[in-house]
Amino acid sequence: MFEIFGIPSQALFGQLLLGLINGSFYALLSLGLAVIFGMLNIINFTHGAQYMMGAFCAYLLLQYFGINYWAALVIVPIVIGVLGILIERLFLQHVSKLDHLYGLILTFGLALIIEGLFRNYYGSSGQPYQVPEALQGGRNLGFMFLPNYRAWVIAFSLLICLATWFAIERTRLGSYLRAATENPTLVRAFGINVPRMVTLTYGFGVGLAALAGVMAAPIYNVSPQMGSDLIIVVFAVVVIGGMGSIMGAIITGFVLGIVEGLTKVFFPEASNTVIFVIMVIVLLVRPAGMFGRTA
Amino acid sequence: MRLIATLALAATAALTSAAHAEDLTVKLGVLNDMSSLYADIGGQGSVIAAKMAVEDFNPAAHGMKVEIVSADHLNKPDVGSNIVRQWFDVDHVDAVLDVPTSSVALAVNEVVREKNKVFLVSGAATSDLTGAKCSPNTVHWTYDTWMLANGTGKALVKSGGDTWFFLTADYAFGHALERDTTAVVLANGGRVLGSVAHPLNTQDFSSFLLQAQASKAKIIGLANAGGDTDNAIKQGAEFGITAGGQHFAGLLVFITDVQALGLKTAQGLVLTETFYWDMNDATRAWTKRWQVERPGKFPAMTVAGVYAATMHYLKAVAALKSATDGKAVVAKMKDMPTDDPLFGKGYIRADGRKIHPAYLFEVKTPEESKYPGDDYKLRATIPAEEAFRPMKDDNCPMVTN
Repeated sequence: MFEIFGIPSQALFGQLLLGLINGSFYALLSLGLAVIFGMLNIINFTHGAQYMMGAFCAYLLLQYFGINYWAALVIVPIVIGVLGILIERLFLQHVSKLDHLYGLILTFGLALIIEGLFRNYYGSSGQPYQVPEALQGGRNLGFMFLPNYRAWVIAFSLLICLATWFAIERTRLGSYLRAATENPTLVRAFGINVPRMVTLTYGFGVGLAALAGVMAAPIYNVSPQMGSDLIIVVFAVVVIGGMGSIMGAIITGFVLGIVEGLTKVFFPEASNTVIFVIMVIVLLVRPAGMFGRTA
Repeated sequence: MRLIATLALAATAALTSAAHAEDLTVKLGVLNDMSSLYADIGGQGSVIAAKMAVEDFNPAAHGMKVEIVSADHLNKPDVGSNIVRQWFDVDHVDAVLDVPTSSVALAVNEVVREKNKVFLVSGAATSDLTGAKCSPNTVHWTYDTWMLANGTGKALVKSGGDTWFFLTADYAFGHALERDTTAVVLANGGRVLGSVAHPLNTQDFSSFLLQAQASKAKIIGLANAGGDTDNAIKQGAEFGITAGGQHFAGLLVFITDVQALGLKTAQGLVLTETFYWDMNDATRAWTKRWQVERPGKFPAMTVAGVYAATMHYLKAVAALKSATDGKAVVAKMKDMPTDDPLFGKGYIRADGRKIHPAYLFEVKTPEESKYPGDDYKLRATIPAEEAFRPMKDDNCPMVTN
């Protein structure tokens, strides 16, 4: 076996694959953020809390209704998405015409409230959630042991990401959405209900966060602070990818997952800062992000 | 005229001191993490435990009045020491309780010493509180890093787990725990094959787990706490670490963590604690009372420690009939043998270390568990004399001088 920079190639390939798995979570979450920002111009700081609610919702469904992972994968995004729509109707639409900062502060406050409520009811330690029967175990790839569940995470999130990209960039509905972002008044003149479309888009973005939450439940600790641990990283991913760029969010999510994975081999202590270092560099060199359109 | 004045003065003085003796007011402050990572091992649970201790002590029967205040230190040393200063200077608090997070506890330790009050530590782990940083105003009740390392480390090496790999939280507590455990492993004839330091609050442990897996060490020592430990174990199960014959050693695992993981994931985990709610009738009865306010939850040993320490403190104050001189109260606490329903009989050493047995537990399998919270089976009892660091190794200036 050969070595790269003193690291056995085996370990390196393993880490690359693991990075890709983490990247799929980053991609899913930053995709939701990018969709919301791109269409609504709202910096959705509740995203982490909504991701956490997704994981909790999956846990509650299993605990109290015996509803399994597969059903949760469908039900949870809808439930949390509807909650998101409520939030949009009740709060966000009133600040949408104001500066970004108002939306940011509002959603940040909501995130703190939601997190506090969950901590009050469920404590800070977290709740158990098992990997579904069908995906337990794993296979030996020769260079690493790949749990089946992780393989599923990569495949499924990639599918969701590409489907979302396709829906927004390549379909008629997507073109309405993009048009409404550019010029809402004109699009309304064509008889399209823009406010409803905006609301549904927010619900969809939130649903994506909830979906990521369900997928995270079997492998990460389901606790009220799981979202706030992740959301900052995801924001960095969105900034690096370019705010509002769908493909940018997806690609950056996966790439940064890999970068982080490699850092864990070469310099583990820096693994949670490396993304921010990259963010600083990107902001210096390309302020609009890697894939962003300059405003 | 002058005589009358003197008499009157004397009478007033006598009256006021009588009033004081009748109504000795003691104020306790529970300081811990109420809102994040460690809220479940202390938080409101500790406040309830302190209230229960006051109830059981029955202050009225001793001519005392006891008040309890509480605050959230946000796991920040500066916040913690500011609250404590205000408690002493403005609110006339006599004793500070609990204080998880070693860095905060060390900061509070200094303030308490300076103000000559009393510090009853339950939540914090660092053995420095009775070592280099020991204080005549401090009693360290429940557990410490030396005890954790000694309990879990020694037992595992002795039962064949002689090669170790550490996953260490990259801050003072993690490194201290790794250092203490390494010493125990080496002393018992084991070997440490490697270690990796991960950042605090890591979501994904898979990379570190692969490194641990590749090391082929029999035991993967988790020198971390809370969510980090939970994530590592949860993902370890997924990567087939336990199925592959390697074992996790949770160097700091509370029952709240086991509950969070679920028995299916946590089964087989070996850990050391000084209190388990299901030990005997007394602990079960106590837990039942505690659960009235915390339904569905189980008290960690840290919560039990707050109860027991409060109880013993109040006994000492009642014996002294004064709470003003913190050093004197702690000295009295050390003179009196301890006895409470949760830790049994014990005593407090000259360095401030509370001495009681420790228990090596193994987490049950889901099949073995008969009811909620039926999580542990006892593997060994570590006698009180062996459970904690011998005083000669303390480096505590107060004792050596």
